[in-house]
Amino acid sequence: MNAPARRLELGSLGFDSGASTLLALELGSLRAGESVEIRAEAADLASQLAAWARGRGHRVEELGAGRFQLELGAAHAARRVGAERAGRAPATDVAARPSQRWGLAARGALVEAGGAPFSFRLATADEAWFAGAPELYRAAAAAQWDPGTAIPWDTPLEHPAEVEDALVTVLTYLIENETAALLVPARFATQVHPQFREVLQRLALQAADEARHIEVFSRRAALRRSELGLSTTGGQASLRTLVEEPDFDRAALLLGVLGEGTFVNLLTFLREHAPERCTAELMRLVAADEARHVAFAMGHLAERIRHEPTLLARLASAVRERHDTLRATAGLNEEVFDALVLLAAGAFAPDAIARGHAAVVELVAQMDAGRRMRLRKLGFSADDAASLSGLHTRNFM
Amino acid sequence: MSHRIVLGAVAYDPKVVTIWDGFQRFFALHGLEFDYVLYTNYERQVEQHFAGAFDVAWNSPLAWIEAERVARARGRKARAIAMRDTDCDLTSVVLVRQEGPKSAENLRGKVVGVGASDSPQATLLPLEHLASLGLEPGRDFEVRRFDVLVGKHGDHVGGERLAAQALVRGEVDAACVIDGNHLAFSADGTLPRGATRVLAQTGRFDHCNFTVLDGVNEAAVARFRELLFGMRYDDPAVRPLMDLEGLKQWREGRTSGYAALERACERFGWLTPFLKHMGAA
Ligand SMILES: [Fe+2]
Ligand SMILES: [Fe+2]
Repeated sequence: MNAPARRLELGSLGFDSGASTLLALELGSLRAGESVEIRAEAADLASQLAAWARGRGHRVEELGAGRFQLELGAAHAARRVGAERAGRAPATDVAARPSQRWGLAARGALVEAGGAPFSFRLATADEAWFAGAPELYRAAAAAQWDPGTAIPWDTPLEHPAEVEDALVTVLTYLIENETAALLVPARFATQVHPQFREVLQRLALQAADEARHIEVFSRRAALRRSELGLSTTGGQASLRTLVEEPDFDRAALLLGVLGEGTFVNLLTFLREHAPERCTAELMRLVAADEARHVAFAMGHLAERIRHEPTLLARLASAVRERHDTLRATAGLNEEVFDALVLLAAGAFAPDAIARGHAAVVELVAQMDAGRRMRLRKLGFSADDAASLSGLHTRNFM
Repeated sequence: MSHRIVLGAVAYDPKVVTIWDGFQRFFALHGLEFDYVLYTNYERQVEQHFAGAFDVAWNSPLAWIEAERVARARGRKARAIAMRDTDCDLTSVVLVRQEGPKSAENLRGKVVGVGASDSPQATLLPLEHLASLGLEPGRDFEVRRFDVLVGKHGDHVGGERLAAQALVRGEVDAACVIDGNHLAFSADGTLPRGATRVLAQTGRFDHCNFTVLDGVNEAAVARFRELLFGMRYDDPAVRPLMDLEGLKQWREGRTSGYAALERACERFGWLTPFLKHMGAA
């Protein structure tokens, strides 16, 4: 062995108290073939040091009186051979085509070579990334709210029983819609290459938002009723097409731009016509979350379309295909429609019902206008936007 | 001409399949047809090696001695053709509690925990070491066996951990473990800081090797060795496989590191039943 270049005092430190940490630190400054003299007071270090060095490919010699000489083996540096950076840390600098071998590594981390490649489906910046994602992630993280404290759960409920029934009917419908809206981002989160981590984080927060929505709707429904309303085959058939949509862009259009966009109108309507403050407040909070979901889908698609204008045609066919699939289903269930009318009416007198009905008709028109506006923003012509909006599911989401 | 090697190995852990599957891919990439047969115990493996079931055995040190002794009795020749760098120059230690016996002599009348009865590192070698110091196991001290997976020659760490835990709990007065496990048990807290110390340490010994018998296809073995020795830890393509198999470098087989284990086998008559079974005693 060469004469030791350095000396390491382990003091009373043994392998049962972290000697390996100091050793590793020391060896980090050596090159293969260089050696360090180790001085140790701990009894029993010899056999463990020999085992430690052997397992790492270093040579060790006992010099007596608690002194050892350890020579760094070639394997130490060999571990780094072929390692590459998983892109660069700043979000402004994501890799266009990150390697599947980078796997779960942090963006900017040094990745050892030789690992088995992952198979993230959304693995190019073109497919998964857009420049606004980090800002939208930050906004979503900042806007999280605690259902326990954000909502006045102890608001007195003094409205008629029939209005409560109508509300529970709507909540039942909302809960299954939120469930679909949770599954979609959760599924795509597993497919996004971690290089695009803000997209991944943003999808995770969206799923968390939907989890909260499921909670608050369920909790509100249970305040005065022990049973929920009806889940229809038509409603579930419509949601199933969302949950099973395999394409990230098409899902962003169907769920985000059209479905959640329509829901923002619905939730705003429910806030305005809520029978009490608790429901009004939770609808307000949920609508604010949904508005962010719409913004994310719009941001993602706008950037995708800028790079690939033919995507518009593919998105249009997604709407048509979904419409064809759902042609034979019933659309929005009558119970929900009637419940919305009743909530808007707030009373049973014919003229009150007429006002409620007019409000729902106005809501549907607003939903359509909103969809057309967003489709126009993405680059569809006014005619295409109108026809595609008209083909959107009658189930709203 | 393409060569073929069939390996015999003992399935001491499910990862064994991952390891040899990895080697199969590695050898296939270099044009060597490689397959393997797994046994649940080394004695069956040695028996089947002589029955011609495979070409190369991945043998524990005890299995090597068994094979070598059978070969000698039958006028055949066993050869160690390669081994891991991490299988050279191992030691085992006899641990006691901090306040326990001060010398090996003080083990008289005490209870010594060991690993599986067929474990070279956790049973046979440390007991041989104590015997060489004049302490006859069973007569001068009681042996408490932590028999986990007998037949696998102690490849499984379980028995040693149980012995170490029993030592900490005060159920035995000493525990025998290999140096690498002493390190691991110290690092993972199985042995709390300062609770134990080394009472005795064996001399250096070697562990597993690849064994062949005479009559093997020498050209195939030569290619097998060439590919093994060509594995480099700085090659990212083979590094994960080397990590899995726990080595940095393959070395020539050497058999000088098995003398103490042979003495242990002699002293304790360990080999007799197996050699009788093989018609070699
Ligand atoms: Fe939602
Ligand atoms: Fe949503």
